[in-house]
Amino acid sequence: MDIIYILWLRQMKRYRRSGLRMVLSVVQPLVYFLTLGFGFNSLFQQAGRGSYIQFVVPGVVAQTILFTSIFWGVNIMWDKQFGFLKETLVAPVSRLKVMLGGSLGGATIAVLQGIVLFIIALLFGFHPYSWSMLLLTLAVMAILSMTMVSFSSGIGAVVNDMQGFMAITNFLVVPLFFLSSALFPLDNIPPVMKAIAYANPLTYAVDAMRGSLINQNHFSLPVDFAVMSGTLILLFYFSIHRFKRIQA
Amino acid sequence: MQPIISVNNVSKKFKEVEAVSNVSFDVKAGEIFAFLGPNGAGKSTTIKMLTTLLRPTEGALFLSGHDVIKEQDAARKVFGIVFQDPSLDDELTAYENLELHAVLYGVDKKIMRRRIEELMTLVELWDRRNSRVKTFSGGMKRRLEIARGLLHHPKILFLDEPTLGLDAQTRKLLWAYIQKLNANEGMTIFFTTHYLAEAEAIADRIAIIDNGKIVASGTTEELKQQTQTNNLEEAYLELTGKTVRDEIVDAADSRKDMIRRVIANRR
Ligand SMILES: Nc1ncnc2c1ncn2[C@@H]1O[C@H](COP(=O)(O)OP(=O)(O)O)[C@@H](O)[C@H]1O
Ligand SMILES: [Mg+2]
Repeated sequence: MDIIYILWLRQMKRYRRSGLRMVLSVVQPLVYFLTLGFGFNSLFQQAGRGSYIQFVVPGVVAQTILFTSIFWGVNIMWDKQFGFLKETLVAPVSRLKVMLGGSLGGATIAVLQGIVLFIIALLFGFHPYSWSMLLLTLAVMAILSMTMVSFSSGIGAVVNDMQGFMAITNFLVVPLFFLSSALFPLDNIPPVMKAIAYANPLTYAVDAMRGSLINQNHFSLPVDFAVMSGTLILLFYFSIHRFKRIQA
Repeated sequence: MQPIISVNNVSKKFKEVEAVSNVSFDVKAGEIFAFLGPNGAGKSTTIKMLTTLLRPTEGALFLSGHDVIKEQDAARKVFGIVFQDPSLDDELTAYENLELHAVLYGVDKKIMRRRIEELMTLVELWDRRNSRVKTFSGGMKRRLEIARGLLHHPKILFLDEPTLGLDAQTRKLLWAYIQKLNANEGMTIFFTTHYLAEAEAIADRIAIIDNGKIVASGTTEELKQQTQTNNLEEAYLELTGKTVRDEIVDAADSRKDMIRRVIANRR
């Protein structure tokens, strides 16, 4: 417990001390929210689908979390480069705890950013349909961020150069995001896209986010949570396995 | 008695380079053991294999009876290490780096505070304990790494060129402290250095590695006798110099060649 806590705390301190990076991490999703929310709002309304802001906020919250989490492995790359990774690798503690500590740190930061964006959305007129359901939203945020943070750490463990890491994560994050239901509803889209969206685990996180925030579900919350938990377990397993094999 | 460190026919290949080839040696519990050799000889690679960071291509290594490859967790409980390359978190303060280490190694909270102060005072960094490591000079970082390595008291302590770049006063202080740990707690010390006088003064036994192979081992006395020389430095140059001539023809690594030529010229 001490070990997970101190490694989590390390990430919190690093984040708090990162200055500009911390500010930018909040500003960037805000820009997405403003352009998407207001840019597409009139289009969406003309199509008779109600407020796009209501529709897109869950998607943008998911996006914020996704983007922060999937690049988390950069921290592993830095730890490799600056040598700190060796310190944790030779320590007599289980790799599971080392992974958990760091990943929980990353997940906390991602969830915090999701919450900040949610609050900003509230200020711009977003209204959740039920305040008590927000607890579920929080659970979605936690599972999504933990999944992506550990997956990214796994990639960071395998790849040895920063360019390679950025190439892989960029390659993953763009289709993952745009081929989910984050920006558009799943009904009335071409079957091919629909099939891809159904196979995309992020779709279920966005769906759960939407279900808990605005009570619109394409699937159902139990289905969403089942797929999300399955993905988390699978990707965490992949990462811990990769992590155990790092050589320095 | 069973040796506390045992390396049996270990080789490590990186793509083309064979960094360590068929190396075997033992270290007895409580010994101070110096592992010497020119740059690129394979010292750090051997230490990394002993400390679970690298898997050997062939052979087996044991720490306190635990197979380093098969029982990594058990092996990690017996040693501490000061790496040759930096391994601090630059964004954390000096104190936070040591605290993190103490928690990772399960050092009791009360002992931790006392020991951190004692060690940071020893390396003259106590006044700077709340500064972030990224504001430190190279020498300060090096001192902090050593302080961190001495924080928990393992059965075996690996030190990979710990004193490189430090001034003579600090080196003397640190070695005195390490010798005290060795005497009081029976801590086995395994170190590398390029300061041969350090090795001569401190080590109970020495092994010399060159081009991935052990070329000699024994006490300073034995090495001097074997090479008919008067001190360790001469013995060392005699031993590592000889292999230069043997291998210069088929040496693949030109960088290594260059380094050897420099050493050979110094003779
Ligand atoms: N990760 C690596 N990849 C490829 N070659 C390596 C790697 N690490 C070390 N080497 C090579 O192995 C040899 C031994 O290196 P090292 O063990 O660091 O020597 P020493 O510590 O004795 O100076 C050198 O030729 C070095 O270039
Ligand atoms: Mg070395």
